[in-house]
Amino acid sequence: METARKFKNMFSTVPILGWLLGILAAVLIEYYWGYDYISYYLGLPKIPVLFGALIMLKNPMMIPGAIGYDLVVYVIPVLLIAKTTAFFTNPLAAMLEKTPLWLSAIVHLIFFYGVLHLWAGINDYRVLIVKLTLISIILTISINVINGYQGEFSCSHPGFMALGAYVSSIITLYFFVNDKIFGIAVLPPALGPWLFPFALLAGGVAAALGSLLVAIPSFRTRGDYLAIISLAFMFIVKSAVENLNGIGGARGMGGQPDYAPLPIIFIWTMLCIWIVHNFVSSIMGKALNAVRDDEAASESMTVKTRKTKMTAFTFGAFWAGIAGGLFAHVLAYINPGMFSINRLAEILAMVYFGGLNSIVGSIVGAVSINVLGEALRPLELFKWIIIPLILILVMIFRPYGLISFKEINAKQLLRSKFKREQGA
Amino acid sequence: MSALLNVNKMTHYFGGLRAVHNYNLTIEPHQITGLIGPNGAGKTTIFNLITGVYTPTEGAITLENENIKGLETNEIAAKGLGRTFQNLALWRHMTVLDHIKMAHYSQLSYGLMGAFFNTRKCRQQEARVEENAYRLLELFDIKQHADQLVTNLSYGAQRRVEMARAMATNPKILFLDEPTAGMTPDELVQMIKIIQQVHQDFDVAIFLIEHRMKFVMELCQYIQTLVFGELIAEGPPEEIQNNPEVIEAYLGKEDLT
Repeated sequence: METARKFKNMFSTVPILGWLLGILAAVLIEYYWGYDYISYYLGLPKIPVLFGALIMLKNPMMIPGAIGYDLVVYVIPVLLIAKTTAFFTNPLAAMLEKTPLWLSAIVHLIFFYGVLHLWAGINDYRVLIVKLTLISIILTISINVINGYQGEFSCSHPGFMALGAYVSSIITLYFFVNDKIFGIAVLPPALGPWLFPFALLAGGVAAALGSLLVAIPSFRTRGDYLAIISLAFMFIVKSAVENLNGIGGARGMGGQPDYAPLPIIFIWTMLCIWIVHNFVSSIMGKALNAVRDDEAASESMTVKTRKTKMTAFTFGAFWAGIAGGLFAHVLAYINPGMFSINRLAEILAMVYFGGLNSIVGSIVGAVSINVLGEALRPLELFKWIIIPLILILVMIFRPYGLISFKEINAKQLLRSKFKREQGA
Repeated sequence: MSALLNVNKMTHYFGGLRAVHNYNLTIEPHQITGLIGPNGAGKTTIFNLITGVYTPTEGAITLENENIKGLETNEIAAKGLGRTFQNLALWRHMTVLDHIKMAHYSQLSYGLMGAFFNTRKCRQQEARVEENAYRLLELFDIKQHADQLVTNLSYGAQRRVEMARAMATNPKILFLDEPTAGMTPDELVQMIKIIQQVHQDFDVAIFLIEHRMKFVMELCQYIQTLVFGELIAEGPPEEIQNNPEVIEAYLGKEDLT
């Protein structure tokens, strides 16, 4: 305990910028020496993809090697660089602090993206994991608007996602691709990537329109009843798509063009975080909380509760639709089975694990469930025992999730830690 | 007609049960009116009918000569009927400051897009609301609790938050549903002071339900007595105090045999 505190004190003077620099160093080490030297001397067959979790679980003999690799490549360089560069990252952070917050945030994000891109770029598998994780972040935040901020229990998220995925796929396939279903492309394919955002937005709007079917019953029912209605909605969407042979039916729909590389998904995710954060920290958005906590009181305090509920549903569904569109273009294949009860369980697990009523919580939930899901893959069946078990433990000890009812304060996060150092 | 609020022959049925019958009320600007009556007389129902939680079966309600019957609760509230609740109705996951800010909802005009993209208009309006919220917090002596969750506050402070929140909607008439329920005698005296202060500072008319005679007699200029959904007496406090029907309703009939 004592050493942990000392350790924490020692690194409390490192600003975010310092940590990013540390991670950059680690990624560069992995990039240049990871395969040729480090993993070779540690007896690993290749660069461990997810911090060695896969290798360790497949072959217990590799555990010391994988841990050694993590230490040499990640832990030691990150800590060392973060600490030793504090002397210039702090003044740098202080300088950024004087610029408008948005500029400082964008600089940090670009830096962060660069590091992420390098890290993921080492291996195609990593790229896919990062993409799916980012999409999960959008999904989790969007369901948090409904299930967390608004406090309903909506189960229709896979349905919204399917609407977004199908609508945006139909648009891109119809306009930009020569394929079996829709024939020759209507517009030159070169325009595709530029018009892709509109296809995504159309998917989002479709999902938002679909969500009205769930939003309107929510004026009268809450809790279990709404959960059942929304669950029904999810199945309606699924069976409707299964029976529409024009768009592939149960066989699904493939061949979506690769319009969703990592940077595009990253930008959409950040856009989602930014807009949702703006919304939930405005009075308009806090009305969601007010309606959740006491609807009658909200009405009496001039809050338009119906409009608020509609907003929560359509807004949440809109982002689910966007996530669905991105998802379809990452996998380049979708079928109705993907948007069923399994997906729902995954989404709900992410949001309740991470924490209700919190954007940070959603990010933590999405990242941890996704990474855990991938890391425990070699355990096969046992994976489905361990993850639910963790979920049960979280629910027992933190009923609202790991990080609930907390918001990000970007200003505080990006602050230079210089002053505190002098004060200590 | 200078009356602020006019309720005329309001009757309401819950299924076959007649909860309120032929109820009349006139509230003049700056007047404090009290509504008393035994438990179950329909006092809170009358509050709910006027503020639009229920729509009365019959009768007319006008605020400044404008019909408000049948409007939604939030519209009626935005027109100037602020209220508190009998059993505190606070938002348990929200801070005190957020409570007061939230009650400014109808005064915001930046719209959803303004909220999504945090436009300048949005920031300006929110800043103005926050300023006003702090002013109210100071007035009600809860500024030190601004960033706390309401559930961490004492009962008296919670009551004050509710009052401050109701005042933030900028009401013309403030409806108080048993403002002293569950209060100690000390808190009661404090509450009387707060209500008197609100009455003066905001130039607001007040309509209150109360059980404690001391409180009603001290504050109100006009009192109505309700029994089984019907008014049995109304008038200035002295008159009500000595009205035999009121005494009977509260204490029962004296058996003289």
